[in-house]
This record gives sequence, C-alpha cells and structure tokens, in this order.
Amino acid sequence: MKDSFQLPPVNRRSFLKQSGQLLIGFSLFPMVMCSPDNKDGDQTKVEEQPGRAGADDIDSWISLREDGTVTVITGKQELGQGIRTALMQMAAEELDVRMDRVSIITADTRQTPDERYTAGSRSIESSGRAIRQAAAEAHMRLLQLAEEKLGVKSEQLLVTDGVVQAKDNSKQSVSYWELLSGKKLSGKISGKAPLKNPTDYQLVGQPLPRREIIQMATGGEVFVHDMRLPGMVHARVLRPPGYGATLRAIPEQRVSKMPGVLKVVRNGSFAAVIATKEYQAIQALEALKAEATWESGPALPPQDELFQAMQKVREGQAVEESESIQETLQTAALQHEATYTRPYHMHASMGPSCALALWEENRLTIWTHSQGVYPLRNSIADMLQLDKEQIDVIGVPGAGCYGHNGADDVAADAALLARSLSGYPVRVQWMREDEHCWEPYGSAMVLQLKAGLDKLGKIVGWDTQIWSDSHSTRPGGEAGHLLAAQYLEDPFEKPGGGYSGGNHRNASPLYDFPDVRVVSHPFTGPLRTSALRALGAYANIFALESFMDEMAVLARQDPLAFRLKHLSDERGRAVLEAAAKGIDWDRRSKADHGLGIAFAQYKNEAAYFAVAAVVAYDRKSQELQLIRLVGAIDAGQTINPDGLKNQTEGGMIQSASWTLLEQITYDNSRVTSRNWDTYPILRFRQVPEVEVLVLDRPELPPLGAGEAAQGPTAAAIANAIYRATGKRMRDLPITPDKILSNKV
Amino acid sequence: MSQQFRLNINGRQVSVTADKNTPLLYILRDDLQLNGPKYGCGIAQCGSCMILVNGEARTSCVMPVSAVGNAKITTLEGIGTAEKPHPLQLAFQEEQAAQCGYCLNGMVITAKALLDQQASPGIDEIKEGMNRVLCRCGTHSRILKAVQRAAGTSNKG
Repeated sequence: MKDSFQLPPVNRRSFLKQSGQLLIGFSLFPMVMCSPDNKDGDQTKVEEQPGRAGADDIDSWISLREDGTVTVITGKQELGQGIRTALMQMAAEELDVRMDRVSIITADTRQTPDERYTAGSRSIESSGRAIRQAAAEAHMRLLQLAEEKLGVKSEQLLVTDGVVQAKDNSKQSVSYWELLSGKKLSGKISGKAPLKNPTDYQLVGQPLPRREIIQMATGGEVFVHDMRLPGMVHARVLRPPGYGATLRAIPEQRVSKMPGVLKVVRNGSFAAVIATKEYQAIQALEALKAEATWESGPALPPQDELFQAMQKVREGQAVEESESIQETLQTAALQHEATYTRPYHMHASMGPSCALALWEENRLTIWTHSQGVYPLRNSIADMLQLDKEQIDVIGVPGAGCYGHNGADDVAADAALLARSLSGYPVRVQWMREDEHCWEPYGSAMVLQLKAGLDKLGKIVGWDTQIWSDSHSTRPGGEAGHLLAAQYLEDPFEKPGGGYSGGNHRNASPLYDFPDVRVVSHPFTGPLRTSALRALGAYANIFALESFMDEMAVLARQDPLAFRLKHLSDERGRAVLEAAAKGIDWDRRSKADHGLGIAFAQYKNEAAYFAVAAVVAYDRKSQELQLIRLVGAIDAGQTINPDGLKNQTEGGMIQSASWTLLEQITYDNSRVTSRNWDTYPILRFRQVPEVEVLVLDRPELPPLGAGEAAQGPTAAAIANAIYRATGKRMRDLPITPDKILSNKV
Repeated sequence: MSQQFRLNINGRQVSVTADKNTPLLYILRDDLQLNGPKYGCGIAQCGSCMILVNGEARTSCVMPVSAVGNAKITTLEGIGTAEKPHPLQLAFQEEQAAQCGYCLNGMVITAKALLDQQASPGIDEIKEGMNRVLCRCGTHSRILKAVQRAAGTSNKG
C-alpha cells in the first residue's frame, strides 16, 4: 500500500502550498440553499467560521496525507447511525481509492467545519454532498497534475486506488501522493468537477461493514465514557428532587471529609461533588442527596388532565389552509373526526450522558457526545462568560441519543466543575435516574383530525389541529437551555420553545386531497421537551395514517387501495406496493391476526418509507403480540444498503417500543419514570421479526433516512391492531388494558 | 474503610484496594481500566455491566467487590480481542449487529454464557436468554442473528 513514495521532482502549480497535504476548501454549500434554518428546526445549517478551518479558504473536507492515506473531515458526529462509514465511502468513491486508505475526523471545533447539529437526518444530504464535491474536486485537480506529469491527456488516464496511469501504458503511472510530493492543495471548490456516474460506482451502493463494531464487541475504547485522561477525577451532580426546586442546604462539611472527595461544589441550586475515584463520587452524591434540603418548585398539573389542558389552547398558526376547507367538510357526503394522543416519550439512552472537561491555562477543553460541538461551545462560552476561542469542544461517540438528550447538559456540568478545579480532567456521568428524569423529552401531543368523503369514496377535505410543546430547545448558543445554567446562583433564564416547525412536521398529507387545513397550537407543558427522533412527525404520521385507515373503513375500501387511489407520487406508491408485497397483503387478515400498513415521506422531502405490520391478539388472555414488520424504504441513492437497513430496522423496533409500551409518568412534584422498571422499553421477548426492503435509486440524490420509520411504524401497528381486534386505538401507548377497555 | 482484595480477572490475579461495598463494575472500569462492562442503570435492570462469574452472566453493578472471593471473573476483554476475537465477537462484526454499540458488552457476555450452557439454542431460547439485556437502538434482530451465527444455528430456523 505504501510502495510508491519515491518523491518525484516538485511540480509547482499555483494552488499548491508547502504544507504536506492536499486541502480542498468548499464554501458553496449548495445544501444550505435547500434547507435554510427557518425551514429546519434541527439547526443543521453550515455556519461559516471566519478565520478558522471551515471558512471559505480553509474549509477542509478531504486531506491527502503524505503517508498515502486520505482523511475525510466532517462536522457531523457518529451517533451509531454509521455516518463515518457512509461518508468515507462517498469520498473514496470519487477519489478512486480503497476504503482501507481512508479515515475520518468527526465533529471537533479544533479541526472540522461547523456543521451545527447532527440532526434531521441530514448528514448524508449535507455533509455527504460537501465531501463528495470536495473529493471530486481533488480527483479532478490530481488528474490535471497527472496529465502534466505523464504527458497524457486526462481522458486517457485511469485511477486505481490513487495510482494514475495511462490507459494504454501501465508503465506510465504516478500516485496521488507522488503528484503532491508533500505539498498541500488548497482552494475553493469550483463546482466544475464532474461527479462520477453512478453506473461506475464501485463503493457507493455496497454494503460495506462498519469497522468499529469489532472494537465494540471486544471492549475497545469507543465511547467518551471509556476515556481516561492522566490525573482524571470523577464528579457527580446533585439534581433537584423536581423541576424548579431551590436548594436550601447541603452537608458540605461532612461530605468534604468523605474518602476521596476533592471538592464539594455549590453554586446556587447547582451542587456537585468531585472525587478521586468514581464510586467515591457516587457515595458522596448519595450522602449529599440524603441530607440536602430543598424548597419545592411549583406543583405539576395532574397528568390525567394533560390532554384536555392542551386542547384549551385556542391560539394557533395555520400551516396551510385551503380557502374552501370549511365548506368542503360541511358539504361532504360522509364526514368523520377523531382525536389522537401521544404521551411524553424519552430518548432513554442506554448509557447515561457523560462528558470530560479540563480547565487549564485559561483554556477549556470538553470531550462530549453532543450532536453539535460548535453550538455547544457557544452555549458554554455564554454560561461561563468566556470567549468561544478559549474553548475546544471535541466530539467523541456516546451511547445512541436519538435526538437532544442529556449530552449537552452533562457537558455543561463538566465545564462548570472543571472550571472549579483547574488542571484536573473532570469526568461526569449522569446516574440512570438523572437521565430518565432530566433529559428533555419528546413532547406529548394531541391531534384532532376531520375529513370528508365524496359519494365516490374519495377524500375531498382534510383538517388537522395539532397541540404540542416545542420539539426544539437545543442550546444553539444560549446558556439558558443548559440544565445547570438554570440552577446557578445567578441563573440563566430558560428561553421559550424554539422552532415550531417540528410540531407540524409531516402533518400535511402527501396525498392528493383537494382541500387541506393544518393548524398548529403551541402549548407550554409541565415537562422539559426537545428534539426526539422525528420530532412531531412521529405522532403526526401516527394520526394521519391511522385516520387514513379510518376513512378507508368509512369508504368501505381496502386500506392499501384507498391510499393508492389518493396518491399520485410514484415513489410513494412504490414503497407502499413493496411493503404490501413483502407482507403478502392480499392474503388478508385471518382470525385474531391483523395486517396494517402505513406510509410517509419523512418531512415530505426526505426518504419515502412504507411499512406493513402483523399482530396477533388472543382474546382470551388479552395478549397482544407484534409478530412482524416489513418496511420498504426509498432514500434516493443508497450509499450503504446495510447501513440503511440497520438504521431502518432500528427505527422500526424503537418505534414499536414507543407505540406499545412507553409513556413518561409524573406526579405533582416530579417525573416518576425513573428507571427501566418505571419506564419499560421493548425487550427481546417482545421483539418482532423485521425485514427492510431497499428501493435503491442510484441516479437520484440521496435522501435523509434515519428518522423515516418512526411515524409509519406506529400507524401500521395501530392499523394492524384494528384488524385483529376491531378496536381503533388512538391513545398511545397501545396497551392490552386499553384494548380491553376500548368500547369502539 | 478501604481494604485490599485479591481478584481473578481474565485469568490473572490482581490486587485492588477499595471500600468493601464498591460494586465490582467500578473496580473493573476505574481500577483495572477495562472498557467492556458499562454503567447503564446501577440496579441490574439493563445488563450493560454484564460480566462472567465462573462462566455465569451476572450484573457487576450490584455485586460488591467483597462478594467476589475466588470466583473467576471474565470481562469482554477476556473473551477475545479485536486482533484475536472469539467467534461470538466476530459474529457481531459479521452481522453488523450494532448501532451505537453501548449495549454490546451485555449482549456478548450474556450470549457467551448462554452458548456455553447450550450449544444450539433455538431462536426462542436465545430471545429468552437475552431478554435481560436492553438495547435502545433496536438492533435486536441483528443481535439475534449474530448469536445464531455463533451457535451455528442460523440455518436451523
């Protein structure tokens, strides 16, 4: 692999710089134009970073190192979605190099572009697109160099694993690294570099394995949780007994004398302990907890009145509204309405959030599994009143987060504590109870749907009223969204809910309905909320696709045929038909077995996904079993079909867990879902058989896919349960006792 | 009060000084710098911290170091390495049976104990055996395939 490194004479091109690597800058960011911030509440826009890597001239996505390797640089983070492998595949493809030459650097404020948050299923669409363009540009420029070096026209050149040779004379060859001879190539992307024709792909579209899985299976250092820095100490934070509680007193003196305790930190209602060893910190935390006295915050309203309280909000924003919707609904041959509800759900990562921080020589370094290292840096700078240039935030993988969980908050905890103990790397990990009780949840939602049918059984009008709290309170640069900052002696006020687009995500039907109205009512609820995988789309699609089934029943039509009758979008039709075929839809439901189907295009602009479900219901024992899910996904050009399947299978199973089991409970003072017994999730015994069919469209742009399964899976399960039981279940989670008590 | 404990970890005798109530999990991670066992819940509900105790899968988060005695403790590292993985570990790579991978310790350890007791379990027996370990990414179907592959039962249905 490194056999061709005799350096040829220096070949000076105007864009070569003397620094040992090829750097291709890229500042055109076409994807930003397609997804301005106001349309994407996940804040995935690429920010320019004047004067540092990521700005016009130095933005770097691809680097050819002298040792014959290629480094891909992305501002996105690996969250278990396999983005490292997929982005490396895209780069290696355009560059014509083998995958084992390629490595990747992810989210790190010291060396990667600012790509805001790894969210909204946008990494392939945005970072991937930039990396692909950068790699194509590098490829083009290297071929220009080779043309000059070999005296052969570039059309007559062929690249094999980074070695350029004349098509008709294999003896005339030179490697990329020889061409660069230790120089760096930097410059802007001209946008003129031709992208490879998909029919010539050798890597993109292949199920290349994620190489890091063997590390995970053998105890390698994979997670931020596994980092051990020299001199590292351990901290635990004393969280209040409930939202808004104020700390009166802690046994500071006594705990300070406990074995291993280095420091008890108190700042307002934020208290923590730092100790030499991890278990010493935990014991000290227990001692703090046992004797701390608190003044309770405001009482939480009764949970069983939540949905009524939500629907009392009259204020609303019309997302879309046909002028004649009211009249259409009133004059329809048949009308129907139904209300659907979704409880608060949590991310519930397997590994409680963790971060390391070091304050040394007036600089703060943070190691975090945050989804957005740059926004986190800005937020921490705000909290600590530091210049953001004093802070480095380094992304390290954590346990799967599925959205905005405790990652940013624990990083803020670590930053505060490191600041109080200069020179020591401080590792903070939340306890299970902290994660369950303090992460920002996916908002509870109420969806009220109305529709009308004409005499031919076609839908003529469709009305959706949404009530939801915010799905977007990421820190985004403000300290007030960081948990610890809200409890300091000089607290930062928690800003109101941001971006309301998450609330109505996917509420607008993709079906061909003549008249549509969608109204979103903002609700400020009792619990902390933010982005959970798919945001509002999970409940909006659950409601839309359940109601579509109800309308099919009203129209006395087959649910699949009814959908197809209203859907002209070819790609939508294709995934529906594929899922139906996969589950053998035409065999119909047999006694106590039900088949259901549902579909959506995520965000009405990303991947198309349809899923069919089979459930069994035993009327005697009231046992409900989800037997099988078959999904069909069209994510445009598939970069890695196995990665796409893995994400989609996971989304289906996770959504099944939300749909059948999960809901956060709370009493008048606190969240009572404090561990896995009080917030059960799906276990192996309950896991359905899953199958994912990939409809690859190599000629089309790749589409974000990581959240596509959440909503349709919920509706397909509910629709299958209706077929098996005759009961229309509109209140999540769908549990056997609710099926029993449902008289509909 | 700290005391000294002699432990048999991954075939080696080690000596650690700790409070007798310290859960073995923290000894393994903190004192012995092993990455395999993970903190997940601290109350034996999730299985992230699984280890083998004389070949049996146990949750190390609730096992005080003083209760270990002469038991042979095996962690994920003791089963195989990235360079020389155990066939079961290799099966996880081959089936790409991970998303975030945080639960993989519990999965591999639990499957190891299961397969050591029962060479060719059926799919229902595997599900039953693995039921105590949680996965949040929804990678269950691949994990089942990895265990089946390691058991050589993937074609037996």
